[in-house]
Amino acid sequence: MTQLALIIDLNVCVGCSACVTSCKEWNTSGPAGPLSDRNPYDADPTGTFFNRVQTFEVGEFPQTETVHFPKSCLHCEDPPCVPVCPTGASYKRKEDGIVLVDYDKCIGCKYCSWACPYGAREIDEQQKVMKKCTLCVDRIYSTTLPEADRRPSCVMACPTSARLFGDIHDPDSVVSRAIRENGGYALMPEWGTQPANHYLPRRKTSITIHKDQLVRADNPLKIDGKLPKPAKQEPTLDDVTSW
Amino acid sequence: MRPAFSVIFLTTLIGAGQGLFLALYTGQLYAFFDLLPAQDSRSFYAAGSAVSLAFLGGGLIASFFHLGHPERAWRSAAQWRTSWLSREVIVLPAFMGMVLLYGGAHWFGWNTPLFELPGGRHVDPTLILGAVATLLCFMLFVCTAMIYACLRFLQEWHTPLTVINYTLLGGASGFVLASAFSAIAAPQLPGFYAGWAIILTALAFLGRTASLVRNARLRPKSSTRTAIGIKHPHIVQKSPGAMGGSFNTREFFHGKSRAFMRAIKPAFLLTVFVIPLTLLAMGMANPSMLGAALLSATFILQYLGLLAERWFFFAEAKHPQNLYYQCVS
Repeated sequence: MTQLALIIDLNVCVGCSACVTSCKEWNTSGPAGPLSDRNPYDADPTGTFFNRVQTFEVGEFPQTETVHFPKSCLHCEDPPCVPVCPTGASYKRKEDGIVLVDYDKCIGCKYCSWACPYGAREIDEQQKVMKKCTLCVDRIYSTTLPEADRRPSCVMACPTSARLFGDIHDPDSVVSRAIRENGGYALMPEWGTQPANHYLPRRKTSITIHKDQLVRADNPLKIDGKLPKPAKQEPTLDDVTSW
Repeated sequence: MRPAFSVIFLTTLIGAGQGLFLALYTGQLYAFFDLLPAQDSRSFYAAGSAVSLAFLGGGLIASFFHLGHPERAWRSAAQWRTSWLSREVIVLPAFMGMVLLYGGAHWFGWNTPLFELPGGRHVDPTLILGAVATLLCFMLFVCTAMIYACLRFLQEWHTPLTVINYTLLGGASGFVLASAFSAIAAPQLPGFYAGWAIILTALAFLGRTASLVRNARLRPKSSTRTAIGIKHPHIVQKSPGAMGGSFNTREFFHGKSRAFMRAIKPAFLLTVFVIPLTLLAMGMANPSMLGAALLSATFILQYLGLLAERWFFFAEAKHPQNLYYQCVS
């Protein structure tokens, strides 16, 4: 069993929204039709997105940290949005675990969006069908794109590699290792939806250096002290000798 | 949640239609056991079924306004194995069909006895059709309510009280409608129906109060901490990832003030329960008052109250996705 997923590293996400624009660019130009916008260059712009970067401030001043939080469909292993769909337009693919919407079957009743605790689904106001992240299913299985480009466009765009893509059911994959070794967690575990996408927490990177490590304490032959010390006018040791 | 008027009209109209049908069939059963005088097939049962069908049809039409693609509505019968919405889509027309058959059987006088019960009572096709329709009627109440009650993270809805209240409120509304209808079509019956309407309205009052009390004491399971997975007591959202709002900020927030939410609760409690109960009780005490005017006014007032009740039902539910949309940037 394969379960494709994104791993989002909150430790390195800088909130640049490159994943948002890149996702929108790819998915609005595809064969499935545009992700419609309303007033895109006017007051109150609004539109359909698969992926958004939100910002949270954690802690109280001055001990605060700004956390940029990219949010898209989590491709739950037990997706609550799928069984409620009356037409079968919402489905979870057996072969790779991607949750998809068949835009030709969707009647736009919005019931699936009510059934998603993460707010990952957005209706397209123009096409009147429910839309959501497809994990760029048209990229990752593409036969025309170069091999290196067969990844979701948000992953391609991320300048800090905060987004990893892979199969979380394969214990040796990059994503499984990232979850295992960096404390990857799922969102709202209380609802038992088992999201496939995981988030890697903020981590403090630090090492401890003691004072005695700054000088060479272990110099048993005392060679360092016996080196010739030329006068200031004389050529330096490096100029005259090859040691 | 933002209440959708299509759904408010759907649930209240079919509730009244279902209740009216149940009232008609209850009347027929009482007459079958000689507890009430028998009524005219055409002017009471057939006409009553037509009124019931009008309400059910009105609800069905309202529901289409909820869909982005009404022309594909036929597809929604596909997933009846898993989706309560799909089940409702099947049961509602089935129930309407049975009410049509029931009314038609009365209209065309298909009352040739099929078999005889031990007490010497003859069972005719209308009684059988009515029994099947009654079964479908209760299935429809369950399907409609389960659409909401099955969503486990909408904690305000995820309770058996949702199913109980949809059934009782629909029944109360339908029996009040039946009393108003019988004031015109069957002058012996308004008292009977008004009595049942009082019982059902009082039961619905208990059920709805219970759910209001329950929901006021609910503790949300999700918090900002579980939503973004950062265990810190102090987290403030600074940006929801959109400037001019999105589907998520429109669909899941009712956008009304706290004062409005505080005001609508007593408003619907008065108009759905207190005033109709008072009017019906006054009518029971003084049967000469139980005329079409009073009973119709009671029905209309209670129906308007039910619109407010249903609005509040939707608005009251707090969707966990709102945790991701706590501010406007």
